Amino acid sequence: MKVSLFITCLGDVFYVNAGKSAVELLEHLGCEVDFPETQTCCGQPAYNSGYHRETKEVAKHMIEVMEDADYVVGISGSCVYMIHEYMHLFEEDSKWRDRAIALKEKSYELTQFIVDVLNIEDVGASYQAIATYHTSCHMTRLLGVQEAPFKLLEKVKGLELVDLPNRQDCCGFGGTFAVKMSNISEQMVDEKVDHIEETKANLLLGADGSCLMNIGGRISRRDKQVEVKHIAEILNSRGDR
Amino acid sequence: MPMQIGEKEFKQRVTKGLDDNFMRGAVRSAQGRLQNNRASAADELGDWEDWRTLGKEIRQHTIEHLDYYLHQLSEKVAELGGNVFFAETAEEANEYVKNVVKSKNAKKIAKSKSMVTEEISMNEALEELGCDVVETDLGEYILQMDDHDPPSHIVAPALHKNKEQIRDVFRDKLGYEKTEKPEELALFAREKLREEFLSAEVGITGCNFAVAESGSFALVTNEGNARMVTTLPETQITVMGMERIVPGWEELDIVVSLLTRAAVGQKLTSYITALTGPKQSEEGDGPEEFHLVIVDNGRSKILGTEFQEALHCIRCAACINVCPVYRHVGGHAYGSIYPGPIGAVLSPLLSDYDEYKDLPYASSLCGACTEVCPVKIPLHEQLIAHRRNIIEEDKKGSLAEKVAMKGFGQMAGSANLYQMATKMAPILSTPFSSKNQIRKGLGPLKHWTESRDFPKPANESFRSWFKQRNKRGVQHDVRKH
Repeated sequence: MKVSLFITCLGDVFYVNAGKSAVELLEHLGCEVDFPETQTCCGQPAYNSGYHRETKEVAKHMIEVMEDADYVVGISGSCVYMIHEYMHLFEEDSKWRDRAIALKEKSYELTQFIVDVLNIEDVGASYQAIATYHTSCHMTRLLGVQEAPFKLLEKVKGLELVDLPNRQDCCGFGGTFAVKMSNISEQMVDEKVDHIEETKANLLLGADGSCLMNIGGRISRRDKQVEVKHIAEILNSRGDR
Repeated sequence: MPMQIGEKEFKQRVTKGLDDNFMRGAVRSAQGRLQNNRASAADELGDWEDWRTLGKEIRQHTIEHLDYYLHQLSEKVAELGGNVFFAETAEEANEYVKNVVKSKNAKKIAKSKSMVTEEISMNEALEELGCDVVETDLGEYILQMDDHDPPSHIVAPALHKNKEQIRDVFRDKLGYEKTEKPEELALFAREKLREEFLSAEVGITGCNFAVAESGSFALVTNEGNARMVTTLPETQITVMGMERIVPGWEELDIVVSLLTRAAVGQKLTSYITALTGPKQSEEGDGPEEFHLVIVDNGRSKILGTEFQEALHCIRCAACINVCPVYRHVGGHAYGSIYPGPIGAVLSPLLSDYDEYKDLPYASSLCGACTEVCPVKIPLHEQLIAHRRNIIEEDKKGSLAEKVAMKGFGQMAGSANLYQMATKMAPILSTPFSSKNQIRKGLGPLKHWTESRDFPKPANESFRSWFKQRNKRGVQHDVRKH
């Protein structure tokens, strides 16, 4: 199965291990992974800030870049959701709208792809930790991926998964919200870090780099001893490295 | 602008909210309780999603045919001997109500809870006439006693106060001597209010839903005060926002079920009262005279726009009860009597972007509001639509942001520029970082790093790793399927 990896900005620049793990994991599961080099950002920062003309240009570029892919697999739920939203940018342009829909239909978030397309729940991973998992809002509520990460994590040998209290609550990232309304965002992420602390987990997992950057940034500022990792890193751990 | 409350500047209101630990504690515990109650009341139905779809369809149909149903309603009310007045503005509505009150020579007015009268500042208008206006909903009564503290929530207006604060208000203003036990506080208020009902000459109610086919008005309460307001005074005035209408009783059944479950997690509230016109000759009680005031006040300009769905709102406040931003800043921070997600959508529509430009940004777009709305209003999408309007139609975006977003669009629309930017990231950030974290950022990162560290870009980007890896021709560990 041929998969084109959608790395996302944060994955390309900051969370490089998440992308590396995703490549190795998908290959381990039998996929042939390619990385369309001309890919850029999904355009979400502009879209959510109301700059839809600018987003359209980004969307057109991404649609073209991914046109030949069989499957597009992204390592961030909210960025994949943005791709799913492209069609709404072209309400009055049926050609681009159709191309946007075609891209939507073959685009998946990583855990969603593994569980729903590859039909695999046990990826053969093992990792020793007490972990809790942050369900990102866009991935859970908007993209609708709720169970897949849990199905995969439950099968990881050695991993003890603890429920995160109030897990449906937003971490306070919200793109430019974290900067524009930073004092409100701070209260939200603080509440999230408090809940993580309550679980006594030593590892926080997530499937969206932006939430992890936000929560991780607050954990680091508050000097908490909780490691933050992308779910791909754990799913790609097989105790042999 | 009548619906406006609190300080002028959004930032000041937010700071005030964030600093108010009493308020935040009260809001947090109320939200928790209301969220749980709502969730179990919804689960109990078993097919909540189907109910939501039905609710949405009813609201959509009604709003699409609003002119028809309002006409039907007003004909029915007139047939029954009631008076109907269409008020285009808040001033017109208040003027009409004042004239009715003057014609009755009324001095005391009992009111049941109504957000639309808050929206048009009707109490102030009547007080200018020298009338004594008494709010009979317990929450509203508490606020009125507390020197007209504005409501912070559309269903539970005094949600920002805890029971100790309510005890203090009653003690300072009304000579209350008992404890902060809710039962004792409620009993005290009931006794006080009983006197008011008996002496009021005019009763004013809001309207949860008007029923077009019969010219009736449904009022949903837990205290029964709306019944007192509509049976004891001789004259009744009902004020409704022009969208608060359903075609018939069958639809009323569904929207009321959605309302009570979504709002407070009850199958039904203690009292659901439906009133039809003034007292008829064969009836034993009810008002001698009935006036209906249908308030537009900016609603009709929403019709036919991308925001029409905001008029589907049934004012249940479920979106407010799940909103994390509301939880931290409280209702007053929104500066509007309509707070939370629906307030952030509605306030700029009923007023304008000059007054409420900040509200569409007071959201992390987490979508909790959209998920919970019983009539499926895509609230977070409406907030994005506001942002787009502010930028593209109203041209009110900041210049710096506009330049940045234009640059972003060009960069992310071009593979070369994008790759150049990702290559530059680690180099540019090196002087500001210690270990792997940036503790003090510049430009837009400044606000981020006030409370959070920012990761240092990796020395080798993913794309360059992938390129190198391919060059090396890595042997894949491929599992066969």
